[in-house]
This record gives sequence, structure tokens and C-alpha cells, in this order.
Amino acid sequence: MTDLFSGFTAVFYKEVRHMRRDRMAMIFALVMPVMQMIILGGGIDTNIRQVKTAVYDASGSSIASEVAGSSVSRAFIDRLRNSDTFRVYKYVHSDAELTEEMVAGRASVGIKVPENFDRDLLKGNQAQVMVLVDGSDSSVATAAVSVANSLGLDESLRRMLPAGEKSPVEVRPKMMFNPASRSPNFFLPGLMAVLLIMVTVMLTAFSMVREKERGTIEQLLVTPIRPMGLMLGKIMPYFVTGIVEFLIILFFMRFVFLVPMHGNILILTLLTTCYLFVNLAIGMLISCKANSQAEALQYSLMTMLPSIFLSGFMFPRETMPLFFYVVSHFIPATYMMQVARGVILRGAGLRELWLNGVILFAMGVVLLRVAAAKFSRMTV
Amino acid sequence: MPAIETKNLTRRFGDFVAVDSVSLTVEKGEVFGFLGPNGSGKTTVIKMLTGILPISEGLASIEGLDVASKTDSVRERIGYMSQKFSLYDNLTVLENLQFYGRAYQLKGKALENKIEETIADNKLNNYVNRLAGRLSGGWKQRLALGCALMHQPTVLFLDEPTAGIDPVARRQLWDLLFQLSGRGITFFVTTHYMDEAERCSHLAYIYYGKLIADGTPDSLRALPEVTPAGTHRFEIAAPAITTALRKAKEMSMLRSATIFGRSIHALVDESVEQPELEDELHARGIEFEEVRPLLPTLEDAFVELSQRRQAELEIAS
Repeated sequence: MTDLFSGFTAVFYKEVRHMRRDRMAMIFALVMPVMQMIILGGGIDTNIRQVKTAVYDASGSSIASEVAGSSVSRAFIDRLRNSDTFRVYKYVHSDAELTEEMVAGRASVGIKVPENFDRDLLKGNQAQVMVLVDGSDSSVATAAVSVANSLGLDESLRRMLPAGEKSPVEVRPKMMFNPASRSPNFFLPGLMAVLLIMVTVMLTAFSMVREKERGTIEQLLVTPIRPMGLMLGKIMPYFVTGIVEFLIILFFMRFVFLVPMHGNILILTLLTTCYLFVNLAIGMLISCKANSQAEALQYSLMTMLPSIFLSGFMFPRETMPLFFYVVSHFIPATYMMQVARGVILRGAGLRELWLNGVILFAMGVVLLRVAAAKFSRMTV
Repeated sequence: MPAIETKNLTRRFGDFVAVDSVSLTVEKGEVFGFLGPNGSGKTTVIKMLTGILPISEGLASIEGLDVASKTDSVRERIGYMSQKFSLYDNLTVLENLQFYGRAYQLKGKALENKIEETIADNKLNNYVNRLAGRLSGGWKQRLALGCALMHQPTVLFLDEPTAGIDPVARRQLWDLLFQLSGRGITFFVTTHYMDEAERCSHLAYIYYGKLIADGTPDSLRALPEVTPAGTHRFEIAAPAITTALRKAKEMSMLRSATIFGRSIHALVDESVEQPELEDELHARGIEFEEVRPLLPTLEDAFVELSQRRQAELEIAS
């Protein structure tokens, strides 16, 4: 009777049965992550390629020809096309038309070679090319501007250096850990952190709220079941679910999306355990706080957005304004993001990542204690 | 030693006094009916007696054990069935029983035996593998009762056990309660049904936190507050009830009259005895089958008591 964890087995068996009956929850827990992986792993390419480009070549338009433009400007445009960044889908014949393509959203980039392009080049004046970029998608815009700039620079160097001469400095970038710059390699390890929090928090959050909604909670409180026995009995099945989900994600990542695994799986599992612990504690806390499943769902969603946007999953934390950078330290997914990318992509081990595990575990302990305190006041 | 005893039991939520100095004694084997309007503190009293909710002031004991200090021992003795039959809809009848058995730390053979016994006692044999959510109200309630009795408690708290179930199931449940109370189990039952209150051996009525009546159904009906001074009640059974009522209302000795089914409930001056009333009815040509003295119903009693208490509260404020 004085056993602190009294009632653990009773609650554990019961929860496992609930889960087996609740098919939607199982689908949510095990199928949804796979779908998310397919979307992010297969559907999204962060490398900017084949940006739709409209070209207005006004140079040499005095010369009557089928395709407007001089041979010099055409050579330049060809080099743009060969860069793989731009895909010229249309040649237009006036400024108005070019603007229209941009406004309509058909072209993300508009390139105008002015009338006197050839002449300026021949005279040794600075020739100008106007590149219009649709700024409404910032990642495309940034890439387009930088590629256009480097092509311009290239073009200039080519004209300044005597033929056959090499440029004085050559930069040779080497992409470590993800040499082919594959998007799945970048996305999926991070996605693992997001998916795990999404599923485990929500499932746990619902578990206690359901008892409140059904009115069974009072009944439980009258039995010799202790709060710790109740909470752990409820957490355990979801912990196991979380581990299974983790293994599924890992399997798909490695064998379907072919993300290489550079580190030790056991270390990854160990650190993931800490992360799951935090998520379950968050779920428990929500469950003790919320009074209905709808409320629990809203709280769960509130944990989701910061985990996606502030953890470094989508956007690098280093470029965040100070306030958000500080906030990101309180988000468990931030640490899991580092763990997943570290172990999977960089082959990091405990020596580099132990602190993440410790922080996650500490967060879990604190949150669970808050939840327990909340729980004992819940009856009021 | 009484089964349940409270002395000045009080519960505050901030400034609000939900239960105000309630003192009660429930003897062993009684079926105690606890009545009162919604939100008047019935559930709060139960929660304090079962140790779910801390007591702000006063004392509560179950079979002589103080609830606040001996919560664990108290819990071994009590069972509780909350308002919405505390069952798990997506677990089967058997699984619900298993859960509550395990929760009370029954294991192995003892658990199996107890489950078998409960199934037999409540005639649940045909429903063992049915999901609790698929049972009708009456069966749900039997199962809930079975679950609450798994650990053989001697005091059972039932919070509106018959809300939303059909009359036949309601009757069966009460028969079962009396059967069990015969074995010495004490029941603490809240209800809104007057016919159920009528069956209790002991009643108490709580009105916005304050206990305003406590006694047997008969003693509550006989309270002087319930029947206005200088009056008493008669029941007049008449074949042509509406004509009878119209004519009767012309009689000056009649304070008020209402039709209940095939008879009139009449509040008459105290000076008028039954023969006089019968003579007067004859004199006015009112056909009737029978006149008999009438006690106020429990409903009359509670309505009257509530109105008095409300008037007191209004004067106080």
C-alpha cells in the first residue's frame, strides 16, 4: 500500500489494451510519420534548380533576325541556362511583357539584356545586365541573385584575363558530411526529432485527459493507485510506441531514402531515449493541465511549432534574432536536432553529444515533477 | 461505531463555501440518501469523504477511521461509483473487472476467483467479452457496481447511480442495493428521484452547502415547516375529477387544491376534520369515492424546505 509506484501494472495493462483498440491512434503513431517522411524526404529539394526565367534580349534588336539578340548576348544567356539554376522558358520582346511575366508569377527571374550590351562591351565600357528577381520566395531569390552575380563575375574575368590564363585565386569548396548536397540527408535526421515529439506528446496528452472526460479519474483516485504508478503506467506504453516509431523512421531513412548512417546506432538510441522521456513528460504535463481532449490538442500543437521553426530544423538557429536564439535553448527538439544530425551525418559520438543527453534528461525530470505536482492538485 | 460520521465538515474554494459545517451520522447497513439541488455540494461531500478532496475544516471518519490521516486504510474499506459509471468503453467487461481488481492489488488466483464471483453475482455471464461501451445503461451500471465492489468494501458511495437509465434497471439496482445492505454494506447514495429517496432508510437534504434536513423519509414529511400552520392535507379520490375540482374550489375551508392522477390533493383548515369535509362535499353534490388524510410528499417537503432556506438567505443578505 505504501508502494510509491502502486498500480503501475494495472494501469500499464489497461493502457496497452486501450492502444490496441484505438486503431486511429496507432495509425497516427506509426503511419503518419512515414507519410511525413515521404513528403519531406521525396518531395522537397532545398537545392534551387531550374528556376523559371523569362529573357528579354534587346541587344541587336536592330538586326532583323528570328531570335532577337546578338551572338555575344546569346552566348551569355546560354551560360546562364547551362548553370542548371535557370530554366529559360520564354523569350519576350518588350519591357512590359517581361514585367507581366513577373507579376503573373510565371517567371521567378526576368533577365533583360539592354540594347547597347554588345556596343558597350566592344567599346570597353561596362556592359549591364538587369536581373529581376521575385522576392516573394526568399530562398529562390537568394540563390538566383548569387548565381547571377557569380556568372557576371565569371563573364567579367573571362574578358579581362588573357586567353588561357587562370584566375589568380581558385576557391574549391568541399561539402563535408553531405557531399552530394542531398536534401533527404539534411531533412530526415531533423524530421526524426519533429515526428517523435509530434506523436508522443499528443498520445500522452490525450491519455490522462480521457480519464477526466470520462469521469474515471475520481474512481482511480479512490483506488490504492498512486500518482507515480498512474503516470508511469500511462507513459510506458507510449515510450515503447516512441521507440518503435524511432526504429521505423530509422529504417525508412536508411533503406528507403538512403541517408548514410555515419555514427553509432546505439548511441543514437540512447540519446533518443532521453528525448522521448522529455516528450512524454511534456505530454503528461499537458494532460494534467488540460480539461478536454480539444484543449490537450491545442496545447500539443503549441509545442509543435517552436519545435519545427525554432529548433534549427527549418532555419539555422545562428541567424535568429537574439530573443529567439535564447528561446531555442528551451526547446527539447533543438538538442535532438543536434543529436540526430550529429550522429547520423557527422558520425559524432557521446564525447561530442553527452551534454545534449544530460540537458534532455534534466528537462524531463523537471517537467515530470511539475506534472506530478499539477496532478496532485488536479482534483480540486 | 457509525459507518460514516462527519463533524462540521467544511470545504472552501477561495472565498466560496461549497460545504458549510455539515454534521452527519450514517449507521452501518443503512441506505443513506443524500439529496439536494445541482451544485449544492453533494459531490464535494463525497469527494471529501473518499479522500479525493482535502477537508478545509471539521472532521470526517469512515468506520471510526479519520479520513484525513488514515486515507489508505479508509480506501481499503470504501468503494466509489462516480456520476458517469466509471468504466472504460473500449475495454471489455472482463478487462474492466481485471483492471479494477489489479488496481486493488488482487493477483493471480485471487483475482480470477473474485472476477468469476462478480460476474456470477451480477449475471454478467453473457457479456464477458463485450465492450463496456456497447452495454445498455442498466448493464453498464451493474458492471460499474461490480467493479466498485471488487475489493469488498463495507461503505459504498454512489453518485447519482441511476441518472439516465430506464425504470426497470433502476428498480433492479435498488433491489440489489438492499440485498447488499442486508449483508452489512453501508450505502451513501445521491439522487434526484423522489421514489428512490422514498426507499432510503435515512435521508439528508443539503441546500447550497448547508444541511437543512436529516432523518427518515416519514420524519421529513412530518416536519412542521412542511405543512403551513393551521392546515392539514386530504386526498379526495373522485371519478369526475375536473368537475369535482371546479366545484371544490368554491368551498371556503379549502386553502388550495391540485390534481394528482385521479385524485385531488387538498390543503384544508385545521379545524375541519374528515367527516365535516365529506359532508361538505356531499352537500355540494361532488361525487367522490374516498377521502383520506394525506402526508406531504417528499417533494413537497424538499420544495418547502428549500423555499424557507432561500428566504432566510435573502433576509440575511
